[in-house]
Amino acid sequence: MENILEQYSSVALNDVKVWFNAGKTSDFPADGGNCVKYKGKQIAVINFERRNEWYACQNLCPHKMEMVLSRGMIGSADEIPKIACPMHKKTFSLKDGSNLSGDDLKIATYPVKIVEDEVLIGFMD
Amino acid sequence: MIKIIVVGNGMVGFKFCEKFVSKSGQEKYQITVFGEEPRRAYDRVHLSEYFAGKTADDLSMSTATWYEENNIILNTSELVTDIHKENKTITTHLENTHSYDYLVLATGSAAFVPPIEGVEKEGVFVYRTIEDLDAIMAHAKKIKQNGSTEAAVLGGGLLGLEAAKAVRDLGLNAHVVEFAPRLMPRQLDKGASNMLRSKIEELGIKIHLSKSTQYIDGENTITGMMFEEEELLKVDMLVISAGIKPRDELGRGAGLEVGVRGGVVVNNKMQTSDPNIFAIGEVALYNHMIYGLVAPGYEMADVAAEQIMQGEKTMRESIDMSTQLKLIGVEVASFGDPFIEQQEGTPIVYENKLNGIYKRINISKDGKALLGGILVGDSSDYNTLFQIYSNGMTIPKNPEDLILGARGGESSSMGSAMDLPDTAVICSCENVTKGSICCSITDGTAETLGDVVKLTKATTGCGGCKPMVVDLVKEAQKSLGKEVKDVVCEHFAYSRQELYDIVKINKFTNHNEVLGTVGKGDGCEICKPVLSSIFSSIYNDTANKHVVEQDSNDRFLANIQRNGTYSVVPRVTGGEITPEKLIVLGEVAKKYNLYTKITGGQRIDLFGAELNDLPEIWKILIDSGFESGHAYGKSLRTVKSCVGNTWCRYGMDDSTTFAIELENRYKGLRSPHKIKGGVSGCIRECAEARGKDFGIIAVEGGWNLYISGNGGANPKHAVLFAEQVDKETCFKYLDRFLMFYIRTAGPLVRTSTWLEKLEGGLDYLKQVVIEDSLGIAETLDKEMQELVDSYSCEWTEVIESPELQKRFKHFTNSDDRDDNIEYVPMRGQIMPRPW
Repeated sequence: MENILEQYSSVALNDVKVWFNAGKTSDFPADGGNCVKYKGKQIAVINFERRNEWYACQNLCPHKMEMVLSRGMIGSADEIPKIACPMHKKTFSLKDGSNLSGDDLKIATYPVKIVEDEVLIGFMD
Repeated sequence: MIKIIVVGNGMVGFKFCEKFVSKSGQEKYQITVFGEEPRRAYDRVHLSEYFAGKTADDLSMSTATWYEENNIILNTSELVTDIHKENKTITTHLENTHSYDYLVLATGSAAFVPPIEGVEKEGVFVYRTIEDLDAIMAHAKKIKQNGSTEAAVLGGGLLGLEAAKAVRDLGLNAHVVEFAPRLMPRQLDKGASNMLRSKIEELGIKIHLSKSTQYIDGENTITGMMFEEEELLKVDMLVISAGIKPRDELGRGAGLEVGVRGGVVVNNKMQTSDPNIFAIGEVALYNHMIYGLVAPGYEMADVAAEQIMQGEKTMRESIDMSTQLKLIGVEVASFGDPFIEQQEGTPIVYENKLNGIYKRINISKDGKALLGGILVGDSSDYNTLFQIYSNGMTIPKNPEDLILGARGGESSSMGSAMDLPDTAVICSCENVTKGSICCSITDGTAETLGDVVKLTKATTGCGGCKPMVVDLVKEAQKSLGKEVKDVVCEHFAYSRQELYDIVKINKFTNHNEVLGTVGKGDGCEICKPVLSSIFSSIYNDTANKHVVEQDSNDRFLANIQRNGTYSVVPRVTGGEITPEKLIVLGEVAKKYNLYTKITGGQRIDLFGAELNDLPEIWKILIDSGFESGHAYGKSLRTVKSCVGNTWCRYGMDDSTTFAIELENRYKGLRSPHKIKGGVSGCIRECAEARGKDFGIIAVEGGWNLYISGNGGANPKHAVLFAEQVDKETCFKYLDRFLMFYIRTAGPLVRTSTWLEKLEGGLDYLKQVVIEDSLGIAETLDKEMQELVDSYSCEWTEVIESPELQKRFKHFTNSDDRDDNIEYVPMRGQIMPRPW
């Protein structure tokens, strides 16, 4: 169980070594997310159209280790953009992956850049 | 630095430290604690939970670093042996000497062991420390291995009964042996004791009252207890919980004044006969009494802390020994004077042996005041009764209403929490008065319930006062002119009902429109499904619209399961299915290896369908004549039926056809929470219609219509709405009832709660629906008819549209499945691996 979690750690913009093409912007619903496969990882890609922002994070919810975060609803808590896991509605900041429901959990976030109509996610390897 | 030494690291010793460091000026003092036990202070009150799986750490009163963080030196496993009050020093068993400016004795008490012959034999324990419990557990394990099953507890008081539960949790048959003719003789009268006894005996614990133990039988290990009259109780373990004996040896040795039966005498400042030495908790003898409860101990700790800091606080004269607790699953409460002498007052007793409830209240001679009482089996009245008693409030003209409830009348005879004086203590665990709760709102230091809790700590102890605190906060907010509204979430300043009206009037059709015009921020997992539901109720949008703003299940038109797969539930209207269709379901389940189960709603659930397979599975089902069952939505689920007069020899009418007609009418309807219906062909009620949001029963001359029943965590039976009406009338009333509910209920509020909260209740609802008192019946009829007419099966929509099918893929950039999914076998089928 823990090995799966270890695969995912946040990547800072400066540390990006590989920009992975996750697909077209139209692959990701407005104000929603979808999941892409990158090497052994499952990555949730969020098209936060209302805020004109894009986010990427692990698809694995650390609460019960299920690959479902991309299917959750997004929104904001105060000004923080967040995603709520569809299983038990644990919420996480899309900016830094910290938990917003008072739990000792966190998720990894990855930088996203849009080049023309392509969605690129930054990884270290 | 002014030096304080605390002798004793129990609950009260800890509380002294906790209270002390929270006061300003505490930096001038250095506290050193000495404790005989090897671990830091733990919750002795909840000791029995140690047998139920809690660890010593779970019971700890503080974190491991708390003492260090607060600059308190804690010395465990160090027993203070002598006090030298002339030079203000103490010596410990390790022959260390320490000096003090102030000494606080919090040495508590030891278990009292009655001088019974044989009590030193193996297998006899006291029930006080974690070490005692470890020894009891070890012995229990040993004797169980030898086939023993019986163990006894000496003492039928509070602690003895707790110990009996603990013994039972260890897997042994427990016998409670009590010298007095009653259980909990200090808190309960004979009637209450009898009630408690029968309830406890139902759980398999045996009670032996009026038993005087002569000796403990057995060679070196206990084999039994011999009572008077040559009666032998065979047991292989005995736990003694027959009272406490204050650990006053230090005080005695130092020449402090002690009581005749033990305990260090203190004044109302908690000072002993030496003004620099204080005593608190079970070792302190105050007003000739040792208080074996934690609440007075905590109060004493606070008084001592204040006094040392040159403050003014003193201990109150009379200490309340009221208790409310759950003993072995039985609610028990006792307050004020539970017994009352004839000259002082008169008791009113309610004894219900059928339901296992005993309530007693003692009324003053002039009939105006409540002097005390006892509750067994149902202590929900405790908070209110205690407030009335402790504040000397005037009681109702018919005092029996206090325990019987206002029968026949409309208003509550007990008044609201607002009737209490400001000095009334609402939260007794943290000693928070009504005044401090209300003032924090009215003077602006706190705005919400959360603020009040943070500020005062009310509700953070046992939580029993929460309903009262919530009411007080609401009232205080209202008194400020603040409107207390049930707003949906941080993004809208409106209730669900208001949002419904706003959407309808403005003809908003999507989330961004609503958010942008009347909301703020970006929405969330609370308001998004609320708006989606509202759009469905107004425009009959299916869940194929506003996909990303649908809740977990509606998003994929299926119920998400533990491993991220989904379940498939086609509609089986009225619970009726042809053999051919049944076979289709079996074949689909086989083809996709789906776990198959029959639901309470009389249909079939297929589990383990992967997201990618859902459209394919549903194509087969729809081609075979099935439709979406909406098992995933806050919507109509099913209308259960019994077979009725078509086949059944008792049936009075055709309930199956009626159920099918109802289900076909309301299928696809979305609502604040799920709705379930039922139709029974006669009073035997095989469809369990009276447990449904709407239920119909065939009677002579027509149908009886019931509404607002619910299952779930707080089940409620449906209430009779109309009698002997025809089908058409049922449809009309249901159209209106459902539409009214849809328009006005809060998010995730079921019909039973909605009806309970509806101002005017059932009578009002009847006026609105049957008599059209609001003049909206035509509108409600029209709205429902529009929804019925525009019904469309959302799975059929998906099957017919490749565009709608796109979302049913785990990855956008691959056809791979989620490889995190694992199954384990279960009774010839499968289930997801356990979490």
